[in-house]
Amino acid sequence: MTTRIDRRFAALKAENRPALVTFVMAGDPDLPTGQAILNALPQAGADVIELGMPFSDPMADGVAIQLGGQRALASGQTLTGVLGMVEEFRRKDETTPIVLMGYYNPIYIYGVDRFLADATQAGVDGLIVVDLPPEEDEELCLPALKAGINFIRLTTPTTDDRRLPTVLANTSGFVYYVSMTGVTGAAIKSRGAVGEAVDRIKAHTDLPVAVGFGIKTADDAADIGRHADGIVVGSVLVDAVGKSLDEGRATERTVAAVRDIVADLAQGVRRARQ
Amino acid sequence: MDGINSLRNGPDEHGRFGIYGGRFVAETLMPLILDLERHYRAAKTDPAYQAELQNLATHYTGRPSPLYFAERLTQHLGGAKVWLKREELNHTGSHKINNCLGQILLAKRMGKTRVIAETGAGQHGVATATVCAKFDLPCTIFMGATDVERQAPNVLRMKMLGAEVRPVTAGAGTLKDAMNEALRDWVTNVESTYYLIGTAAGPHPYPEMVRDFQSVIGTELKAQFQEAEGRLPDAVVACVGGGSNAIGTFHAFLDDADVALYGAEAGGHGIDVENGHAASMTGGRPGVLHGNRTYLLQDADGQILEGHSISAGLDYPGVGPEHSWLHDTQRVTYVPITDKEALEAFQLLTRTEGIIPALESAHGLAQVMKLAPTLDKDQSVVLCLSGRGDKDVESVGKYLGLLNS
Repeated sequence: MTTRIDRRFAALKAENRPALVTFVMAGDPDLPTGQAILNALPQAGADVIELGMPFSDPMADGVAIQLGGQRALASGQTLTGVLGMVEEFRRKDETTPIVLMGYYNPIYIYGVDRFLADATQAGVDGLIVVDLPPEEDEELCLPALKAGINFIRLTTPTTDDRRLPTVLANTSGFVYYVSMTGVTGAAIKSRGAVGEAVDRIKAHTDLPVAVGFGIKTADDAADIGRHADGIVVGSVLVDAVGKSLDEGRATERTVAAVRDIVADLAQGVRRARQ
Repeated sequence: MDGINSLRNGPDEHGRFGIYGGRFVAETLMPLILDLERHYRAAKTDPAYQAELQNLATHYTGRPSPLYFAERLTQHLGGAKVWLKREELNHTGSHKINNCLGQILLAKRMGKTRVIAETGAGQHGVATATVCAKFDLPCTIFMGATDVERQAPNVLRMKMLGAEVRPVTAGAGTLKDAMNEALRDWVTNVESTYYLIGTAAGPHPYPEMVRDFQSVIGTELKAQFQEAEGRLPDAVVACVGGGSNAIGTFHAFLDDADVALYGAEAGGHGIDVENGHAASMTGGRPGVLHGNRTYLLQDADGQILEGHSISAGLDYPGVGPEHSWLHDTQRVTYVPITDKEALEAFQLLTRTEGIIPALESAHGLAQVMKLAPTLDKDQSVVLCLSGRGDKDVESVGKYLGLLNS
């Protein structure tokens, strides 16, 4: 069964350019502005959207995304609200894949079966759940695959060749290579090592490999995008939301701040292989 | 090995106690956790490792800790005989050292060059800083900013021992936030760093490993009580935050059905006060946080609540997974103890026995105060007195109005 994610990566492969995968926090800085940001992403140049499900205890995230999650929660965001945002987005966009990204507890409390049914209904294409390694596949990964939702796994510099097959076994959609050991938003250390790591993963799978963590500028995107099938940008966008606020409230610059960075990054991925 | 029906066989190979436990961590940490498990399995059956640990327990910690008959407290309560397992007499002043010594030897075996830990009351932070000084490893202790303030003496001790204390301002600045920050540090420095978790919680194998290191409490207690009274105690009580002293105390008794086991949770302002307590089993429901599935204080959307307790060491919205399982199976009875009850217990032990308990342990004592009068004079209740209260005298003094401000 091909999904929106499969079709999007196949189309970009035909264009010979990497995908621009953009992460924003659902409902940051408030629910209506968060929706406006989400809706603006495809036109600004995002090929795949990762939509953050805010959690009170984001253990793998750096300060930028921690703050984005806190703003979303303070504005009343819930998992039901996140699914509602996807549904709203889908009224106007039937083709851009949406991947929900977050932590397991809110999904567990929502109820896995109910969540998968509602996510399918809303038009969610994939899931990235940071605290569900392959050892816990029976919790959500296998039920998601059965429901036709891609489960995208993170691989990291600590995932060696021995472990890689375990991590890739039930992965679908694409593989998300975390370019460093660390939390979101830190600076990338060695670009050469990223290229090698992507090649190493590609030796084990036919899935597209997207690289994230530490990509901030169009030049980063162009550089990393030479080797990778996609580049993921998150903290810099969430940070831009934070910086656009006036006493914690959205301003007329808020949506534009995100849109401008995405447009710039879109130029980056388009020149990656020229 | 215990029999097939034993309650002491957990966890299973997936790190589960029933539905609780597991390994809910980011992929970056997974290879390390598997490696830790391999090293722990090897160490467990290595006579050299066990001998070193035993030697340190005897000559460094001061084990066995005494089992003390609290005569005046018994008279005061007017019921069962009350005994104290004196873990507060250990080096560093609490049971925490038992676990820290076991883990620091593992860290050395694994070739790690840096140690991190989270701490609430600072007891685990002090114990970690202590073993790091002894074994010459740099260490960073993450501690909530609120706790840094209310447990100032322990902060000083950690600094004097050479540890870097990093105050965490996220959230309410308590133990949960310190653990988040420690996990972030670990993910970043995974190659060099050993995360010395202080309670019987977190991803497998930590709950099992910490329990094993703390089980010396119950094993000694059982033998000492047998020696003193020629039988088993009727009830055993311990306080439960993450629950390391409690599981260490209970584990030897799990298959002794005649021994009633009580865990005292932090009831804070009262179990009916929303977000006003830290009694995760009495007032929470199962969820996934910090690497394991367990009872958690959370809202309807699965967001974790901060909780509240007068005791920094119990001020945590979760509990070790084995306790969650023991709660569901009803082998252990978990009861909430309010701040007020703990303060009363703190004063009672101080005045009747001349022993100043940690506020954490005072929660267990408050349960003993309720329980002992309901039992016969020939029955016995044992409390694990997990820590001493030197660190708490200032904050208790403030509550009691003995200090200005």
